[in-house]
Amino acid sequence: MTLTSVAMRNAFGEALLALAPEHPEMVVLDADVATSTRTAGFGKKHPGRFFNVGVAEANMVDIAAGLATCGLRPVVSTFAVFLTLKAADQVRNIICYSNLPVILGGNYAGLSDSYDGASHQSILDVSIMRAMPNMAVIVPADSIELRQALELALQRSGPTYIRICRNATPVLFEDAPPLQFGRIRKVQDGNDVTIAVCGVPTSMAIEAAQRLARRGVSVDLLEVSTIKPIDSGAVIASARKTGKVLTVEEHTIKGGLGSAVAETLAAFAPAVMRFIGIHDTFTESGDYMALLYKYGISADHIEAEALSLAGGGAK
Amino acid sequence: MATLAAETRLDVQAVLREKNRKKKAAMLQYLAQEFRIVVLDILHDKGTGHWGGAASAAELLVALYFDVMDVRPDDPAWPDRDRLVISKGHSSCMLYTVLASRGYFGCEELATFRQLNSRLQGHPCMRKTPGVEMSTGSLGHGMSVALGMALAARLLKKTYWSYVLIGDGDLNEGQTWEGIMAAAKFKPERMVALVDYNKVQLDGPSDEIMPMDPLPEKFRAFNWNVAPVCYNGHDAVEVLDSMDWIKKQSEWPVAVIYNTHKGRGVSFMEDTAYWHGSVVDDLTYAKARPELLTKLSELEQDL
Repeated sequence: MTLTSVAMRNAFGEALLALAPEHPEMVVLDADVATSTRTAGFGKKHPGRFFNVGVAEANMVDIAAGLATCGLRPVVSTFAVFLTLKAADQVRNIICYSNLPVILGGNYAGLSDSYDGASHQSILDVSIMRAMPNMAVIVPADSIELRQALELALQRSGPTYIRICRNATPVLFEDAPPLQFGRIRKVQDGNDVTIAVCGVPTSMAIEAAQRLARRGVSVDLLEVSTIKPIDSGAVIASARKTGKVLTVEEHTIKGGLGSAVAETLAAFAPAVMRFIGIHDTFTESGDYMALLYKYGISADHIEAEALSLAGGGAK
Repeated sequence: MATLAAETRLDVQAVLREKNRKKKAAMLQYLAQEFRIVVLDILHDKGTGHWGGAASAAELLVALYFDVMDVRPDDPAWPDRDRLVISKGHSSCMLYTVLASRGYFGCEELATFRQLNSRLQGHPCMRKTPGVEMSTGSLGHGMSVALGMALAARLLKKTYWSYVLIGDGDLNEGQTWEGIMAAAKFKPERMVALVDYNKVQLDGPSDEIMPMDPLPEKFRAFNWNVAPVCYNGHDAVEVLDSMDWIKKQSEWPVAVIYNTHKGRGVSFMEDTAYWHGSVVDDLTYAKARPELLTKLSELEQDL
């Protein structure tokens, strides 16, 4: 199966332009990476509603807070690694404590800024954002979900973090029902092992599930686009059915999707679990897909881990 | 334990209505001193809170809420209200006292300061306290937030004013300077930074901890419209003068630097880092309160 590929960042820039007329209260802020994150198009079309604050992420987030208190709907855009680390105090003490409807677009997330290396690769943004009270966290799997996530976030009365990939990735859900906030997407029903995946690795999990089917392993495949609040009902139901859960994310395994699933299951439906993601290490420069592969994120890795899990859970 | 006599002896509506400048200044000066006594009572009663930065900001807060700002305490979310962001959030006790006296909530609530289930948190929380425009406490946020509010006024074609009150600690924070740079870029109308420049921080004199001089020149170098003089932030006449100057400006953003004294009003608590946040114990209270009362009696003669 050959899928069209579209970069989420391009979809982000196009969605901002498309949503601008029906959301006159929407304003966009960027920190000198508007060309990269694709907010520049919005800035050109709506200069009065666009603020390039220079390389000053903390300032940007608090300006957005001030705008939000006056009824505007700011969308803050920069590289995820800088947004969630350099402006963590602003996100916590201003945006989240005051529960302001600010949308944080964490661009170039995961390993997608692949050639720039570990300094630019964002592998703990979901952990940080998930730990903030009042913050919702959405990790779209493709450009279609990215647009839908932005639309949903604009309807919310509190802050939303949206994770955005830099590179072209397969379009998976063009003809599928739209992303629902706080709900998983059941990609495939199965009985032997649960795979819970978010973001770019979703296409890898779909491929792995197809290969596993050929090997007689039936996968219950959940695409968990809302990491917070997590769809605990669906996760628990799947774990109760299979008893074995593999989580897959382009993120450290400390605090991301895997942790969110484990926290949910530990209380209500303990299951044998495995975690695919970055294992407590810094990453490096390289081709995006090769980089993901080196750090254990690929259809091959998912297939092998799920097979091992389905075969009894012991390695 | 002292009774918290939080309600001012002045008629608040009369203060607000007063047009005679001299009389107004005398009233504001009196209110600020009264509020210092209320704050001291609360800090002593609760055994927690910050005296130094609260006392330092008394006249500025009183002038803003009882003369300068167009606000509606019975409708705190009125969209056209003037905004004030208290970036030096540790002056919360003075802010709450001013807000209560202005009518945002009952003065009896001041007795709940920093206690469980209170709307009056240790540092201001906009989701709990009516009249608080932004949750602060972590230093360095106010400049950026006020800039956002001022930019919103421009976008929404409103004419409200966006003030930010900042202190020495705020000026240590890099983000404040990011905000100063960005404000000078966007030049939002009616954005005003008021510096409560008391020159003492938590750990010691600012000259030892992080020197800020020459402060007006720094703002000017960042392309701000800075008041030609640094006003005495404890003299109500001078504070009103500064506000008059602000209202005449048309170049934005505007900064006014006020020379103030940390812990103003109690001789042995002034200009010392010790009284940034130390507990006002019984002995201290017994020595401090009469000083404040003596001054209050003097100010009463001017009314």
